[in-house]
Amino acid sequence: MKIAVCIKQVPVREWQPAVEETRRAIRERDASFEMNEPDAYALEEALRLREQHSGEVVVCTAGPARASQVLREALARGADRGIHVEHDGLTSIGADSFAVAAVLVDAIRDERFDLVLTGLQSDDQGAAQTGVILAERLGLPHATIVMEVQVAAGGLRVKRELEGGWFQWVELPLPALVTIQSGINQLRYATLKGIMAAKKKEIRKVSPGALPAAHVRVVSLDVPRKTKQTQMIAGPASEAAKVLVDKLKNDARVLG
Amino acid sequence: MMLVIAEQRSGRLHRASWEALAAAQEFAAGQPVEALVLGSGVAQAAAELSQAAVGAVHLVEHPALQSYTPDGYVLALQQAFGTLRPEQVFLPHTYQTRDFAPKLAARLDRALITDCVAAKRSDAGASFFRPVYQGKLVAEVAAEGEFPHLVTIQIGAFRSDKVARGPAAAEVKPLAVQLDGSQIRERPEEPFQEAKQAVDLSQAERIVAVGRGIKAQEHIALAEQLAGALGAQLAASRPICDSGWLPMERQVGSSGQTVAPKLYVALGISGAIQHVVGMKGARTIVAINKDADAPIFEIADYGIVGDLFEIVPAMISALEKS
Ligand SMILES: Cc1cc2nc3c(=O)[nH]c(=O)nc-3n(C[C@H](O)[C@H](O)[C@H](O)COP(=O)(O)OP(=O)(O)OC[C@H]3O[C@@H](n4cnc5c(N)ncnc54)[C@H](O)[C@@H]3O)c2cc1C
Ligand SMILES: Nc1ncnc2c1ncn2[C@@H]1O[C@H](COP(=O)(O)O)[C@@H](O)[C@H]1O
Repeated sequence: MKIAVCIKQVPVREWQPAVEETRRAIRERDASFEMNEPDAYALEEALRLREQHSGEVVVCTAGPARASQVLREALARGADRGIHVEHDGLTSIGADSFAVAAVLVDAIRDERFDLVLTGLQSDDQGAAQTGVILAERLGLPHATIVMEVQVAAGGLRVKRELEGGWFQWVELPLPALVTIQSGINQLRYATLKGIMAAKKKEIRKVSPGALPAAHVRVVSLDVPRKTKQTQMIAGPASEAAKVLVDKLKNDARVLG
Repeated sequence: MMLVIAEQRSGRLHRASWEALAAAQEFAAGQPVEALVLGSGVAQAAAELSQAAVGAVHLVEHPALQSYTPDGYVLALQQAFGTLRPEQVFLPHTYQTRDFAPKLAARLDRALITDCVAAKRSDAGASFFRPVYQGKLVAEVAAEGEFPHLVTIQIGAFRSDKVARGPAAAEVKPLAVQLDGSQIRERPEEPFQEAKQAVDLSQAERIVAVGRGIKAQEHIALAEQLAGALGAQLAASRPICDSGWLPMERQVGSSGQTVAPKLYVALGISGAIQHVVGMKGARTIVAINKDADAPIFEIADYGIVGDLFEIVPAMISALEKS
């Protein structure tokens, strides 16, 4: 099975994003980046499918030069080769889902993948649309928020997560696109051997020329406004804990 | 015209459909809002929607829409939009919407703005507010290009009881679509729940919930001790259950349980929206997190910025003394 995995490089989760003066972007030069979490699970799922059914795993990213780092990491974990659609306009917040899907489609269409995996959403934009747009543009059936993938005769049987602890199996013919939910499997980490081997693996660079027009424009970025009056309790741990317990007991009256 | 796509399963309306309707009515500020429901045998759902102050309810019925599929829904809605020519289309940001709305937007080549918590009209046009960076920032965004613009509304961001009711039931208008089962590639099976839930967190009076800040499975015992001292049930964010540190039945959030205890203590939980929707109904929320910017503090009544490994043992001893 020939599998493509789309991976976005995103700022690390722990970072409180600093906003540029224009308020339309974050200060990327201050950020450290990592692989978008659900995309790591999508990669792991692809590697497991390859182990069971043989084939090839190709990792694809659309982003500035810095994004090649996530491809290297994916190659170190076992992917066979990478495709990097490189453009400075494909920033963390500025990369429009339609534009990303368009440049990825151009880069992978001719490869005729049997299966395309993406994460269910990005940790930065959280648009939850790029994978599904990609499916439509590639003419593929799709399923989203998937927690298990089985290969069946001529197609796939995937377990979609629904709300509130419900699930549903769906059959899809191949080729298809599936968006993967975090937690579908246990991730493997790169070994030293993997890291060495990755150095020899191919990353194909693609220059998309001008980016297609965006469908969504960022007007302004801000920190969220508080909806509640929070009493922050300061001081050393033992003091703060005492004050908290006292407040829960005597003000909020929520203890036994 | 503004259109709201309601969601139904087995003919029953999803609660979030009313929230999307409330958002649309607020945004429309008196301009006409219409609603649409699609499926097979969903006339009752259309009748319920017609109680709201809407211009009309469009009823799209077809046997091929009996079970939800992205192919079926996109084909049907593409035709419905061709007839109705809506400007903004509001949908609830449910799992189902997430599955088909981007496909519909791509088919039409029109803008889609997801997971909105507020909308605004100004001379510069319409703009929408949505969380980004895991809720650490809010982005104001605008749609580019021609109508329709698709907008999905975050669950819980608007109140269903704010929906304006009409003086009389709105007209339900059947809208015919051409579909043929062979155009639908996905074969869905019946939805099911995994093993029966043994713990019903929705009834718990007090809950201690642990998140990734707990770091390792062996530290769960510390949270358990605090739960014991408070007379609370133990719950968790999703990554803790994904790792198998606690069973999935203890997961709180959009894909887990919804709880409303008197007291909810969040230990090392960042406060992502998918967690918060499951617990923001708690009466008193306590957040303990080492990151002062963590979004959980936005909804907390009491907050301590600090290391849970110092604060939790101190709480346990304070509780034992009191
Ligand atoms: C479709 C979908 C459905 C989802 N459903 C759910 C759901 O039902 N429930 C759910 O919970 N999530 C759900 N999620 C995941 C959700 O988006 C978040 O990823 C998740 O809630 C994050 O869990 P967390 O807060 O434990 O981890 P993180 O976001 O990693 O936060 C860990 C926190 O711990 C703090 N911390 C670290 N060390 C310490 C310390 N020593 N002391 C104090 N604090 C510390 C950090 O500052 C941080 O704020 C869903 C996501 C999607 C896309
Ligand atoms: N720039 C990108 N490069 C590669 N894949 C991407 C990119 N942006 C989004 N994706 C994929 O699309 C998924 C959904 O992203 P989003 O629509 O931004 O929530 C991600 O989990 C990735 O798998």
